[in-house]
Amino acid sequence: MMAETQTEDQVRSDWPLYEVFLRGKRGLNHVHVGSLHAADAQMALRHARDLYTRRNEGVSIWVVAARDITASSPDEKDPFFAPSGDKVYRHPTFYDIPADVPHM
Amino acid sequence: MTDDDFDAYRSLSEETDDHRWAFGTGFSDPLEGIDTAVPAGVDGAALASYCLGLGDDALIYSHRLQQWVTRMPELEEETALANIALDLLGQARLLLSRAGRAEGAGRDEDQLAFFRTEGEFRNVRLVEPADADFAELAGRLLIFSAWRLALFGRLTGSADPLLAAIAGQGVKELTYHRDYAAQWVIRLGDGTELSHARMQAALGVIWPLTDELFRADAVAARLPGVAADPATLRAEVDEVLDAVLAAATLDRPGGAPLAPVAGRAGREGVHTEALGYVLAELQSVARAHPDATW
Amino acid sequence: MTALPDEVTDDLRTHFDDTIDRGRRIEPRDWMPDAYRATMIRQIAQHAHSEIIGMQPEGNWITRAPSLRRKAILLAKVQDEAGHGMYLYSAAETLGADRADLTDRLLHGRQKYSSIFNYPTLTYADVGVIGWLVDGAAICNQVPLCRSSYGPYARAMVRICKEESFHQRQGYELLMTMMRGSVAQRAMVQDATNRFWWPSLMMFGPPDDQSPNTAQSMAWGIKRHTNDELRQRFVDMTVPQADKLGVSLPDPDLKWDAERGHYDFGPVDWDEFMAVVKGNGPCNAQRIERRKAAHEDGAWVRDAACAHAAKAAAREKAQAA
Repeated sequence: MMAETQTEDQVRSDWPLYEVFLRGKRGLNHVHVGSLHAADAQMALRHARDLYTRRNEGVSIWVVAARDITASSPDEKDPFFAPSGDKVYRHPTFYDIPADVPHM
Repeated sequence: MTDDDFDAYRSLSEETDDHRWAFGTGFSDPLEGIDTAVPAGVDGAALASYCLGLGDDALIYSHRLQQWVTRMPELEEETALANIALDLLGQARLLLSRAGRAEGAGRDEDQLAFFRTEGEFRNVRLVEPADADFAELAGRLLIFSAWRLALFGRLTGSADPLLAAIAGQGVKELTYHRDYAAQWVIRLGDGTELSHARMQAALGVIWPLTDELFRADAVAARLPGVAADPATLRAEVDEVLDAVLAAATLDRPGGAPLAPVAGRAGREGVHTEALGYVLAELQSVARAHPDATW
Repeated sequence: MTALPDEVTDDLRTHFDDTIDRGRRIEPRDWMPDAYRATMIRQIAQHAHSEIIGMQPEGNWITRAPSLRRKAILLAKVQDEAGHGMYLYSAAETLGADRADLTDRLLHGRQKYSSIFNYPTLTYADVGVIGWLVDGAAICNQVPLCRSSYGPYARAMVRICKEESFHQRQGYELLMTMMRGSVAQRAMVQDATNRFWWPSLMMFGPPDDQSPNTAQSMAWGIKRHTNDELRQRFVDMTVPQADKLGVSLPDPDLKWDAERGHYDFGPVDWDEFMAVVKGNGPCNAQRIERRKAAHEDGAWVRDAACAHAAKAAAREKAQAA
């Protein structure tokens, strides 16, 4: 009985998986960038903004619960996920490293 | 092994033309190139003291939030928390720098942050205690953000253009913080029985420190048109809190405000016992190497 | 997953091998051998765990950072690491893993994380040295992974490598500043270097002749270079950086070998490495305990969020009806 309750607790407190799609300011369509866990879609949207856009404004975000996605079957040789556009990098600022330090 | 692997590495660090640096780590002097003169007719010492208070609020609260890093209830919340702590740290840097310039004694953000003693800190006491659990984190953040957002909203019209600019930038950040906190207070209040109980209890612990946020501030009174009178913020903050508490199915706590000491509280440099420990941690390395450059 | 007929599997296997041989990517819905999937999940998960656990030794110094700028830099760095962990868990989940399950494996010692994080950070100079040596070693490991045969992992690695190169520069810049500072600061940097040099070399794993899985991993494009190759590359890159900094590296056998065109270096203490990997390093228990506490203490919060979501959904449904 204890084990069942524990399992229920575990299941209840696991947040489901959401897939994240972004369209950048100059983009034409949403691109899959990855996934995250959230308790609901609104939370997923906020987390996606934090994690995948670093709060850039003007980026359109779609989140879809992974369970709502229907995918083609693996024996069709087409890949499902298109390559993601990499807009989620931190922009470097200037650090005063002398030019003659190699490999830096 | 060929070098093309490491050419990949080089290209990864190429510059882009997007110079946004969201979290304020790129600059050494936050106010470089900006005119920091005290506007004509404004009491410079009072302005410095006022900015110090607002800066200390952010500095000390950011410290408490930093202590939650690696302890958040889910990984996604780590990112959100770090955002908030970084925003407040950025606000602290700007405000402390502005205070130093207005004071005109050559003290910069680090000298002010690391080499003042407790009695010289002007933060409100709300930001000093550690949060015993996530419910206290959410509750304190809600009250602090709602209050600071209302305050910064007023300050966007400040006669000190620098303070107005700092407030303008802060408003966007604080809106995000307030909404994050509100959503969590609602989830916890209207979640499970356990979370409801913990959230209600957390509010009870925090509430005695809220009255101080609206207390008359002698320094602000010396800055008409520049500072905001804290008492004028109460209605706006209450409206926000009441709405959130209602959605969260929580009761507004009662209880007396935390007493000042001989009429003095955080803004007058009289703090809770917690602040000493915060500063001991915050200042320890800097004070161990007082003449070092970092 | 229903079993496919043999001819179909053979076709899929041929296509898989072909994709690997041509240096193209395997994507989440492609067929792959079970062993490839399992190896990939384990490698990606352990990489993810490393990022999350790695937040702790550096996070240890955020509240005590000696300038506000350094504090902001360090806090942003640790935040990045959380993000990296999540990108990697996300990649592992495309292979059918579940993040809660992976967390469980970490907390029960069934999956590991990089052994470097089982060492304590004892001074502020450690923050700089971790950026310089540990992130430096990680970059050496990770840049080749940007060409990993598994698509989501390769893409996550590109994103991560960009940020990690930034972190390395931040760490090195802190050290340069300290080396140009007081006597005490310079001593701090040397001491931190002395403590982290050998563990950084151990980050590349055991010597090739003690790494049984290398051949298969390389055939599958999971591993692009051997442990010893990467370790040598790291030493060659780092020695000149140490010279520029003005610190010595704690290896009396370190010297340039003109004939080989590489630096010779002394023997790594593999006994120490094995002890740490097996759980007997200075910080193993502490790192896991911290992660476990956050996870367990957070259960009621995660629970509440789910309960609230369910209530909100029920209300919405009732209104729509």
